[in-house]
Amino acid sequence: MAALNSVNLEIQKGELFGLLGPNGAGKTTLISILSTILPATSGSASVCGYDVRREQSAVRKCIGIVFQDPSLDDDLTGDENLDFHGRLYGLNAVLRRQRIGEVLKLVDLENRRHDLVKTYSGGMRRRLEIARGLMHRPEVLFLDEPTLGLDPQARRNIWDYIRDLKACFGMTVILTTHYMDEADQLCSRIAVIDRGEIVALDSPDELKAGLGGDVLELEVIQDDKEFTDRLLAMDGVHNIGFEDQRIVLRVNHGEAVIPKVFEIAQGLGVAINSVSMRKPNLEDVFIQLTGREMREAPVTEPTERMRIFMLRRKR
Amino acid sequence: MNSAVYTLWLREMKKFIRNRSRIIGSMALPILFLVVLGSGFGGFFQYRQDVTYMQFLGPGILGMTLLFSAMFGGLSVLWDRQFGFLKEILVAPVSRVAIMAGKTLGTVTTSMIKGVILIVALGMGGLVKPDPLGLLLTLAFMFVISAAFVALGIATAALMTDPHGFQLIMNFLVMPVFFLSGALFPLEGLPGWLDLLTKINPLTYGIDGMRYALGGPYEFSPLLDFVILTFFAVSATLSGAILFQRMPA
Repeated sequence: MAALNSVNLEIQKGELFGLLGPNGAGKTTLISILSTILPATSGSASVCGYDVRREQSAVRKCIGIVFQDPSLDDDLTGDENLDFHGRLYGLNAVLRRQRIGEVLKLVDLENRRHDLVKTYSGGMRRRLEIARGLMHRPEVLFLDEPTLGLDPQARRNIWDYIRDLKACFGMTVILTTHYMDEADQLCSRIAVIDRGEIVALDSPDELKAGLGGDVLELEVIQDDKEFTDRLLAMDGVHNIGFEDQRIVLRVNHGEAVIPKVFEIAQGLGVAINSVSMRKPNLEDVFIQLTGREMREAPVTEPTERMRIFMLRRKR
Repeated sequence: MNSAVYTLWLREMKKFIRNRSRIIGSMALPILFLVVLGSGFGGFFQYRQDVTYMQFLGPGILGMTLLFSAMFGGLSVLWDRQFGFLKEILVAPVSRVAIMAGKTLGTVTTSMIKGVILIVALGMGGLVKPDPLGLLLTLAFMFVISAAFVALGIATAALMTDPHGFQLIMNFLVMPVFFLSGALFPLEGLPGWLDLLTKINPLTYGIDGMRYALGGPYEFSPLLDFVILTFFAVSATLSGAILFQRMPA
């Protein structure tokens, strides 16, 4: 089975581009092909103007990668890991010293510089890997799930570092993620990828605006088939998703729909626990495009959703 | 190219020097073998009047040390893959030949350091009495033995998908090569099957060569030892390079 199928993509110089999709969608495969780690079974791709199959060495020189899985030598210090990288990429001693200081400063690891990597926390390792990817000043930086497995605070830090390095060096950044908020916050353009195919390609704002209207979420005590059927039959209700006592409606004018929803509920004797209204997020875009929900996305956690909801309201 | 080889070599050296307890640990087994087996079997040993079993055993244990150290050094590619560091190396703009050369030279160096420590210990115990030329020849044999088995280790690592087969390699490759090498017993008057197995074992010629170089009792002409061993080392290096080249990242 092919992991990727007829993917056609052009990424501009200097973009912060996101590949968004669930686990197993083919994001890492795409990055592996672009970074010459895996050969594509068919088709062609070029990075910085070099063909990934015929000009491997030239491609490798102009890209930096932060892999999804850890790739540091635990038995060496942070400094030694960076020095090793600099040597492999042919930087001389003076340049290596200078760049190591520079990139460590960027990710705030100067004070841990001479400690063995095995004493680092998960977030620090990630930062060191990002710093390492910058050592040879790549034109294109690949970040494969840069915040996977990190706690919320560390994730936010990494986002800041990614913005900083982008501002500092202005290189093209291509990141993969299955976190909706990550793609939303960081990327200027997103390719939504599902089952090896690109299902949408636009800026996060355009993608969300494309859905239009509001998203209404209801929590009911008990699922009721007739209730959902009646909701769907209402004017201005576009589509509906539900699972486990949670009903998600995409509607034209939320304010006008809410009273009608309660009317129907009352008529059928359905008890509604809570109701919330928000602007569509990328999760809704994904559901609209694929008909499925994306797993493991933090925006589906109630607290996180509420926070985003409130932030949007304040604006 | 050259700087990549040096970089990989440097990494091995840094990790080696940092891990003093592992150096001591890796010297403990050979010393234990030497003292316990040497003393235990010493009384039965009737190979030559002028040679005690411990004197005979010394170069054999040296061969064992090099075999273990080099094989495990080569197999450490597996751990690099397990912990992800191999990706960092393989995606860099350097050739795999340079990567393998660096890894090989690094491991050969650390193996030979262990070997030299053991020779000093043997010398202090009065078990070997080499002249300067003999020492040089010993170093040459040590180099070829180490290089050969690092390459074999890398070739094995390239063929294995995960490090769980490690025990298998230990039981079915490393230990037989050691036991069937004449490290522990003289090659004279062996039963036919054992004679055959020892003679197709490249380590046999390495240890025999080192016995000669260190002034001990030997079986074959040192030139023959060296030629056979070198032939094996070159073949192992070539197959290792080919397999490593094809190994997925």
